[in-house]
Amino acid sequence: MMGVGRMKARRKEEGRWAWRLTGFVTLCVYIFMFAPIAATVILSFNASMFGGFPMTGFSLQWYAKLMGNEQVLTAFRTSLWIALVTAAATTAIGVVTAFALVRFEFRGKQALSTLVILPALVPETILGVGLLVLIKAVDQPRTMLLLVLGHIMLAVPYVVLIAQARMVGIRRVYEEAALSLGASRFSSFREITLPLLIPAVVGGALLAFTISFDNTSASLFWRPAGVETMPTQILSMLKISISPEINALGTVMILVTVGIPLLGGLILQSLTRLKRRGQPKEEAR
Amino acid sequence: MERRWTLYDPRLAWMLVAPVLLLLIFFLVLPIAVMAAYTFFTFVTAGVETSALTTANWHEFLTDSYYHGFLLKTLRVGAMTALLCGVLGYFPAYFIWATTFKHKWLLLLLLIVPFWISFTIRTFSWINILGEQGVINVALLKLGIINEPLPMLYNEGAVILGLLHFLLPYMILNVYVSLEGIDRTLISAARSMGCTSAQAFREVTLPLSLPGLAAGLLLCFVLAAGSYVTPQLLGSGRDALFGNLIYDTIMGELNWPMGATLSIVLFVVLGFFAAIYTRYMGMSQIVKGLAG
Repeated sequence: MMGVGRMKARRKEEGRWAWRLTGFVTLCVYIFMFAPIAATVILSFNASMFGGFPMTGFSLQWYAKLMGNEQVLTAFRTSLWIALVTAAATTAIGVVTAFALVRFEFRGKQALSTLVILPALVPETILGVGLLVLIKAVDQPRTMLLLVLGHIMLAVPYVVLIAQARMVGIRRVYEEAALSLGASRFSSFREITLPLLIPAVVGGALLAFTISFDNTSASLFWRPAGVETMPTQILSMLKISISPEINALGTVMILVTVGIPLLGGLILQSLTRLKRRGQPKEEAR
Repeated sequence: MERRWTLYDPRLAWMLVAPVLLLLIFFLVLPIAVMAAYTFFTFVTAGVETSALTTANWHEFLTDSYYHGFLLKTLRVGAMTALLCGVLGYFPAYFIWATTFKHKWLLLLLLIVPFWISFTIRTFSWINILGEQGVINVALLKLGIINEPLPMLYNEGAVILGLLHFLLPYMILNVYVSLEGIDRTLISAARSMGCTSAQAFREVTLPLSLPGLAAGLLLCFVLAAGSYVTPQLLGSGRDALFGNLIYDTIMGELNWPMGATLSIVLFVVLGFFAAIYTRYMGMSQIVKGLAG
């Protein structure tokens, strides 16, 4: 029979192995997630004509070629505009919706909350076809406005959820105090609620931007004839074959879509730090 | 006489949600309703249909095994992807939750970064790994282990791999959120009562994290089964999923009534699974998972 002490030791040993296994799988998952992206970034500097390994030398020629590709530049500008408009509009209507959903009690609120997150759950193909069928049924052309409104719908659930999560933590007495001191509804929202919501506003806007900038499937259905967004442009370039130019394009896109949120986060962090330094008494509780 | 406005007047609430409500009605509810009606329209020729009502589209879908095959394959790929995500995603979620590593936020940030990288780019980047000139083939050829590149791309495995790559962060975050919600004193209590760490995990942590796992499974299944880009880029024609079938029916054959029928089928089938899920679990876990 095994002594209690030895059994305990064995169990401890088992636990350690289980933990090591967990760590190992975690490491593998992270490698799995980033290896293809790393390969793409590395290959974008390949001097070779072909989009693949082995590397034959370091070169920036594919970036130069990219800068001269008028189609790509146009698609980039198109996507940038759509994403900026989407981010601004989605944030505005999303924050207001979250405010209503958290502060107010009204009939149908539960149904509305469910409806609001549906665009995130219904496959884009279905959303894409649906809108197209509607447009065809009423004999309207596909326009830029339609594409932008569609992107807003796709981004709305995320902005509302982020703003709602933040909103729940803001106590209503602050707003009510402002109201009782004679502030109007609008100015109490603008002066009290909105500043407290800023992290959610920035976070939501950034997410809406990337959702729009990234959107592929739905944009394939909704884009007006002849218009390419960045992802649909990449898709049509890939129909031929993978080239170093696409890898370079991918790298630029990664820099934009990862760099902007990171930069935003850093700016936000330093802003709060500056504020804190400015008002040390208020922060010290 | 009109009622006076109260502080939290429902009328004001409706004014505030009006923009979102209108948008969702015109871009989500109405399209799906019109699409449902379109399934009964008569297809004349490419791009032309009449509103003469017919059940021909439904009849074609229900009797043609071509469509059934597509549907079954789509559900199979979706289920495989969701299960693999669940198994592979649980470990990192647990690790991030339990680790004493000081920069935990970095591990979480790395999970969110993929959401910022274009989905199309993440998908095609697999060509650089699996392709004939990809990392694996070139390395194996150099080492002399193989003489010819292995055909790893353009098959169902590559499609599932791509979907896994796209969906793992969703799963990990969902599980992590529900692990975060566990009262850690419960685990200490179980340990002090004589549970081994494995027992404490099996009896306390795992059951309490199941809602997150279930939400992740549903999300991964629905998103995988509704995908279009991944099978398009990483699969061959044979590995096309239902989303590709819908796209080709509408954009290629211009058969709108049939395309609408297929879309409604996918919508109803996936909605069925979501309904079963919400029947038992409710919506709140999905909401938590999406909000990160």
